[in-house]
Amino acid sequence: MSLDQLIITKFGADADHEMILNMGPQHPSTHGVINFVVQADGEVMRKAVPQVGYLHRAIEKIGEIVTYPGFMPYTDRIDYLAAMFANEGYALAVEKLLGLQIPPRAQYLRAISCELNRVASHLVSLGTMAMDIGAVTPFPYALRERESINDLLEALCGARLTYNYHRIGGVAFDMPDDWMPLCRKWLDHFEKILGEWDRLISFSEIFVERLAGMATIPAEMAINYGLVGPNLRASGVDFDLRRDEPYGAYPDFKFEVPIGKAYAGSHRGGQIGDCYDRFYCRVLECRQSIEIVRQALDRFPPGEFMAKVPRKIKPEVGEAQSRIEAARGEMAYYVVSDGGERAYRVRARTGSFLAMGIIEEVSQGLMIADLVALIASLDVVAPEIDR
Amino acid sequence: MPGLTFEQIHQKLVEKFGDAVGLLSPPKKDPFCVFAAPRLREICRFLKDAPELYFDFLEDLTATDHPKDNLIRVVYHFYSYRHRHLFIAKVELDRKDPQVDSLEPLWKAANWMEREVFDLFGVTFKGHPDLRRILMPDDWVGTPLRKDYVEAGGYLGISNVRDNPLDLYLNMDRQVRAEKAAAEAPPAPSTAPALAAAPTASPAPEHKAES
Repeated sequence: MSLDQLIITKFGADADHEMILNMGPQHPSTHGVINFVVQADGEVMRKAVPQVGYLHRAIEKIGEIVTYPGFMPYTDRIDYLAAMFANEGYALAVEKLLGLQIPPRAQYLRAISCELNRVASHLVSLGTMAMDIGAVTPFPYALRERESINDLLEALCGARLTYNYHRIGGVAFDMPDDWMPLCRKWLDHFEKILGEWDRLISFSEIFVERLAGMATIPAEMAINYGLVGPNLRASGVDFDLRRDEPYGAYPDFKFEVPIGKAYAGSHRGGQIGDCYDRFYCRVLECRQSIEIVRQALDRFPPGEFMAKVPRKIKPEVGEAQSRIEAARGEMAYYVVSDGGERAYRVRARTGSFLAMGIIEEVSQGLMIADLVALIASLDVVAPEIDR
Repeated sequence: MPGLTFEQIHQKLVEKFGDAVGLLSPPKKDPFCVFAAPRLREICRFLKDAPELYFDFLEDLTATDHPKDNLIRVVYHFYSYRHRHLFIAKVELDRKDPQVDSLEPLWKAANWMEREVFDLFGVTFKGHPDLRRILMPDDWVGTPLRKDYVEAGGYLGISNVRDNPLDLYLNMDRQVRAEKAAAEAPPAPSTAPALAAAPTASPAPEHKAES
């Protein structure tokens, strides 16, 4: 429908007397090419309606055209900030169809690369969130740390952003000989940086005041709208796929799962499930990821990094679903096979897609600047929404 | 996983709804069962509200197109945070006019996911408050994820089809050589063989054309 019809449908028949603004799709604070049609009474919004699809690249259709191994680089592009997870999800789904067992070294390499990628993705999320609120300084601090992770992962698999590292049956390359001490050195360094981050922005008075009590999403609403990952945990639901439906090497690791506890403090109006909780859960998750990587490096098993995979991957007729705890929440892959070399259907259900659905509901009554804070706190990225 | 297994959940559904719940598919890979489309909302309400099932998370809602069986299957994945169990169900719809009840009143997560299935497969969800395209532009014609979708070849008059660049270079190279040969070939045919050696010295930018 045209924009006029949309306005009448969404905002009411006499809405064209009010101010209807267009935020995006080219906008520095919308985390990608996302458009918001906002009905605003001055600064206060009545509602913000998201329009997506600007980054739709038909990845699911491409999954039906290329072969099973050939689809792996495309999964990188489903979420290029946390590409390892997309790789792993697809690999797990196809391995389930094939009935493959992955050697432990490959599982540990997957877990290490994924947790490092989680930290990198959270750094971008936290940095851009601070920048969108107006605190421009923390962004380069976060990206400086992410540069080290990019270098580590480049040494591991050759790429800084779209890694294409996991393969159906394991991983592509083994860990280089001098990688482990470099990684350990970085882990020690980053732990100090997290303390610096807290002093820089997390506990900054203005920052907390901006986000405390903002766009609170209670637990039932979060579950009903399908929020996943840090968004869900910040609303108080204690669920993490790595602990509760474990896959890969995660049963071997001990880590905590941070959930929302109104970290902003009740004296500032903090509530469980507000924007500050979503922000601070991600900071705490960075700390837990470092723990996991340390434990994985301590117990790193010898062996093969790739299982014995047939030359042509032709799973039997059937379907398989895999769920992984990606940086932005649970990513579920659903792969349907008809016995041929190419998949019959590949579906990637991402966390950001569901998070967008809640914006229309929660944005009512917020100010436009708060809409920016809400989008940043939900950590949506356009490639995950549109695929 | 703690919680009920697929078979146990399926058993409970069959007890309550009888024929509307199909047989559980064989458990290799992921088992699923087919619900009768007219009773979908009833069965899903039971799945959501029954205390021992309590599927509060609609994990995925997607579709697969089967032109050979003349069906579009809408696939639902349900998960329960309380009991930590999973269930997969499908609904089979006629490909000519696929319509099914919307699950939006039960799980708000269905809102956007059903819009995506409407957009890419053409399935109408009855009772959806806002059924319109989500990923494709609003004036797109066609349902791209169907198996018989023919690509449009362009949008708003801008074509997205072009020749293979190697073919373009080959054609260009042939054309340049033909022009050079025509320009240097003299009108009198008696002196043709001596001058015919000249065109091969032309600096062709595309080396691949020579292979």
